[in-house]
Amino acid sequence: MLEERAIGAEPLIRVENLAKHFPVTRGVLIGRTTGHVKAVDGVSFTIGRQETLGLVGESGCGKTTTSRLLLRLEQPTAGRVLLDGRDIHALRGADLVRYHTRVQAVFQDPWSSLNPRLRVRETIAEALVVNRRVTRAGKLERVEEVLHQVGLPLSAAARYPHEFSGGQRQRIALASALAAKPELIVLDEPVSALDVSIRAQIMNLLKDLQARQQLSFLLVAHNLATVRYIAQRTAVMYLGRIVEHADTETLYRSPLHPYTKALFAAALPADPDAPRDDMILSGEVPSPIDPPSGCHFHPRCPFAMEQCARVAPELKAVASGHVVSCHLY
Amino acid sequence: MDSAAGVVLEVRDLRAYLYTRWGVVRAVDGVSFVLREGETLGLVGESGCGKTMTGLSLVRLLPEPAGRIVDGQVLLEGEDLLAKSESEMRAVRGRRVSMILQDPQTSLNPVFTIGDQILEALGQHHVDGERSLAARAQEALRRVKVGAPEQRMRAYPHQMSGGMKQRVVGAIAVAGEPRVLIADEPTTALDVTIQLQYLALLKEIQARTRLAMLFITHDFGIVARMCDRVAVMYAGRIVETGPTRALFRAPRHPYTEALMASVPRLEGHVARLPSIEGQPPPLHDLPPGCRFADRCAYVADRCRREYPPTMPVGLAHEAACWRNEPSAPSR
Repeated sequence: MLEERAIGAEPLIRVENLAKHFPVTRGVLIGRTTGHVKAVDGVSFTIGRQETLGLVGESGCGKTTTSRLLLRLEQPTAGRVLLDGRDIHALRGADLVRYHTRVQAVFQDPWSSLNPRLRVRETIAEALVVNRRVTRAGKLERVEEVLHQVGLPLSAAARYPHEFSGGQRQRIALASALAAKPELIVLDEPVSALDVSIRAQIMNLLKDLQARQQLSFLLVAHNLATVRYIAQRTAVMYLGRIVEHADTETLYRSPLHPYTKALFAAALPADPDAPRDDMILSGEVPSPIDPPSGCHFHPRCPFAMEQCARVAPELKAVASGHVVSCHLY
Repeated sequence: MDSAAGVVLEVRDLRAYLYTRWGVVRAVDGVSFVLREGETLGLVGESGCGKTMTGLSLVRLLPEPAGRIVDGQVLLEGEDLLAKSESEMRAVRGRRVSMILQDPQTSLNPVFTIGDQILEALGQHHVDGERSLAARAQEALRRVKVGAPEQRMRAYPHQMSGGMKQRVVGAIAVAGEPRVLIADEPTTALDVTIQLQYLALLKEIQARTRLAMLFITHDFGIVARMCDRVAVMYAGRIVETGPTRALFRAPRHPYTEALMASVPRLEGHVARLPSIEGQPPPLHDLPPGCRFADRCAYVADRCRREYPPTMPVGLAHEAACWRNEPSAPSR
């Protein structure tokens, strides 16, 4: 493929000041907009080739909306998502078709993400029919290839989703994502619906596939241990904003933002002798319709200062590749 | 041997089956354990291992008509709950044994206010004047740290967050001052920071009331934090029981060992997680021998033929695995 690409160290994905605000309406027939849910509110990050970025945070923090923006399932209110330097929301025609082969997704629930009426080979081949001109033989060959890659027997091709367990279904979902030879796969909670003993199988598979096929992943997850295992870099979101972003090792060893610290303190290590530096946050995540002024986290923050309620902190680099938005730093 | 001191609940060889058109699903297939005053026993296992069915059997709320308790005893302070009539059971549920389920969305009735639902629970248990009931309901909400209980009493479930709703469920569960609380994955639907608040709340209630708690979960992090003892379930049976620390430090059943090893850690980087290949056997078609044999790294011929008995492996620690058999049988 000899098309023009941004040269040098341009990452595969560059997200710039991305925002998605959903209007809140009142009234049934003639809706009146009474406010906005700022699901994503000025988020920037990059994903390099063969890199995994983990996006963590609690429900309502905007991590799933962010992933949907990357998948073009939502139109941004502001900001851009650049794939190889080109705005994905401005793509049309052949470029758009190409985008759909390059970016794929695997969702949380393998029970609802697979069409129960299609055989596995039809589910997988669908990705090929939509995106490429392939012969029947070529299609079957590709189906067998990806089944092999995800560790399923070739006999799986003729069967229906209900004949498989959760872990196997997630393998099928992954196979259909792989069929079009994507460069980026958005993984939205890919293992959280699976059993503990099956999770490790799927996580290992994801790592193997990434290494073998130079894939990039955007991993959306709430389980911090899962993210630690898979992602090279991690960004923590709170109420639509990234509050801290660093390589995974750095972030897990020395979290800086009080919210990151609280999130880590709340994640219970599987060890009865682990030190309990409980930092039990009071209250709950406020409504994104009317988020707190200044730093969104200040009403729950044990270190809140007077300025936190007034001024929203900027993302500051505290070390190479480690940024945090907090007035403490 | 276990002393009988402080035992509130004793389950002996409980069997609960589901009669389906695919055959008899042996969901709970010979489960025994004791629960003492003020202690938390974790019942750990993966989906389909029978842990929820065990919990439901204790209060005799198995799904009808498929579910049936076919054998065993559930002794609550010495009385066999399985021998009671349905109306006698109604006096047990909520008052002596309570349950908190996973999803607060479905445990609360959407068309009644929070106040109505707490009052209903209180009314079941005590004969009191209305005024004092309302005061007690507010008190119950205050105890689970729901702010502004007077206003919350008039709220409907949809007006509350998941964490708040689960607190209300907790308030209803402990309103009758039960001796035993069965908590079936009570925090799975909650966010982590809210989960920690909720777990701390349960511990607080337990410290005050000396409740015996059966905590059903698949999360070893929660077990490590909450439980004094752990029972690990696999394919309808408990395969290992022991004090939490002993079980984490030196698991004696290969399933416990493999399951713990496959959990990703928060601390330290792991290059590759060991995983358990394969699936548990279907509960309607169980093998005669050890149910973990097909997935076990140490499997021997005998494992496939004979189910291993539960053998002591340490202080209050036992496991059902042939590897723990003493070379010279002493009995």
